[in-house]
Amino acid sequence: MSTEQPWSRAKGPFAAVFTAPALWLLFFFLVPLAIIWAYSFGTTQGLTDIDINGTFSNYVRIADPVYIEVFVKSLWYAALTTFLCLVVGFPVALAITFSSDRQKVWLLLLIMLPFWTNLLVRTYALMAVLRTEGFVNDMLGWVGLGPWPLLHNNFAVVFGLVYVNLPFLVLPLYSALDRLDRSLLEASLDLGAGHIRTIFEVVVPLALPGILSGLLITFIPALGSYLTPDLLGGPDSQMIANVIERQFKRANDWPFGSALSFILMYLTFFAIAAQGLVAKRRKGLEQ
Amino acid sequence: MSKKAAPLDYLSRWPLRLWLVLVAIFLYAPLLTLMAFSFNDSRRNIVWQGFTLDWYGAVFQDSDLLTAFGNSLTIAAISTVVSLILGAMVAVACWRFRFPLKPAFEGALALPIVVPEICMGVAMLVFFSRVMPWPDDLPWPFSLGAIIIAHISFSFPFVAVIVRARLASFNRELEEAAKDLGASEWRAFMDVLVPHMKPALIAGALLAFTLSLDDFVITFFTAGPDTVTFPVKVYSMVRFSVTPEVNAASTLLIVVTVLLTAIGLKMQGKDVAKMEGGQ
Repeated sequence: MSTEQPWSRAKGPFAAVFTAPALWLLFFFLVPLAIIWAYSFGTTQGLTDIDINGTFSNYVRIADPVYIEVFVKSLWYAALTTFLCLVVGFPVALAITFSSDRQKVWLLLLIMLPFWTNLLVRTYALMAVLRTEGFVNDMLGWVGLGPWPLLHNNFAVVFGLVYVNLPFLVLPLYSALDRLDRSLLEASLDLGAGHIRTIFEVVVPLALPGILSGLLITFIPALGSYLTPDLLGGPDSQMIANVIERQFKRANDWPFGSALSFILMYLTFFAIAAQGLVAKRRKGLEQ
Repeated sequence: MSKKAAPLDYLSRWPLRLWLVLVAIFLYAPLLTLMAFSFNDSRRNIVWQGFTLDWYGAVFQDSDLLTAFGNSLTIAAISTVVSLILGAMVAVACWRFRFPLKPAFEGALALPIVVPEICMGVAMLVFFSRVMPWPDDLPWPFSLGAIIIAHISFSFPFVAVIVRARLASFNRELEEAAKDLGASEWRAFMDVLVPHMKPALIAGALLAFTLSLDDFVITFFTAGPDTVTFPVKVYSMVRFSVTPEVNAASTLLIVVTVLLTAIGLKMQGKDVAKMEGGQ
């Protein structure tokens, strides 16, 4: 529909709007990334010097079972978090979609407000609630249970990831469900299918592309989480980001940290590509 | 009342209402507990001992925390203004022009949105320690430069996405009409295109400000000992223990966030209504 103008026809205006952002992106984003990419093929010499000599030893080191385990665990936590967010968030998105306009504003605000709140503050709030002397254990104490160790373990990490990422999934889910043709749902109900069956056989297949992109939007930040495992986890709940941080700060092994960062980035791109492929295939099927 | 609910009115069904209540408790109970205990008259922060404002007093006495808070707001303000300008410019460039390697450029522009924060954080750490060391002895606020640059890098592509979506609904004939009537490129841009982009600019500013204020990971890697932001400061306090003072500081930040969101939504309200009416 839109007719784009070739840049050479209006060089002045093009240069005026293009130059500054392009240079910014190049110098303050692509160059830093390129440097750690180069570092990932280097070795540390002495305390601070890094010799970029084209070695693959950093990538070979990642194949060590210790690091493979961290990657597998991170992928598993991110997948589990995404799944739990879907289970918790789907009914919420459904309720928002079919509510009146007035209710919709309030329900969206209900989901958005924690989302706007600082991540660190939210994580800290969870720490205070889950501690052994925290609120949840107090309540368990009243009914004669506990105290259970709820903080500084793997349970706390997944709980925290769901808590932090839930709005990421509810909002795209809502926008996917909101686009559905309601007459199809009503037809399904009129023809005798129950609500559960309608949801699984009509709503989910129709909204699948939107659901998938919502899952991706939740999965990516969950996979790269640093703060949640750092503050809520125990000694054995480190995720990739924590290992990367250690290489750059305490362990002072920048080349290895760079290699780990790039593997994490490749995993992210792989997830995006996989989602894109599924969406494309579905589009192909529909036509 | 015996009015039967419409079949798709899921909100009127009790299991779904119960679910919503449980989700609301899940999302809000920790935050409300945190806020309530910021008024608790006990250092141990466990049992309710009585009402006090001492912890807020302590926050306002804590010059480190106040400096950090000021730094955060300054960084967010500057980063928002620059991100808004860069984001709007690049959105217009991609919307209006065809140029070589455009798909590659658009892909690169989307990178800061998808690259994991930790990767960008370490890249910035390396960049500002090896390639462009940021001098430590600059006067405030120039000492915050490294953090501001990093924040702009991850914020302006978000602004670009929002503005570009808005530009899709722009009628190019309006701009051509302005030019036919004798307006220069600049006049046409400022008087025709910018007013059309306004709702997206407000939404983009709100997002850029929140992203900057919220960021911990990337700042953690670019901040020096003298350029601590609020999240980085709270992080170092939290590492030691859960104290009522942190509760008070966090409550203040939550209040600031809610106020900003309310102002933003109010500013946007009219424009959003207009946008949705137009669709």
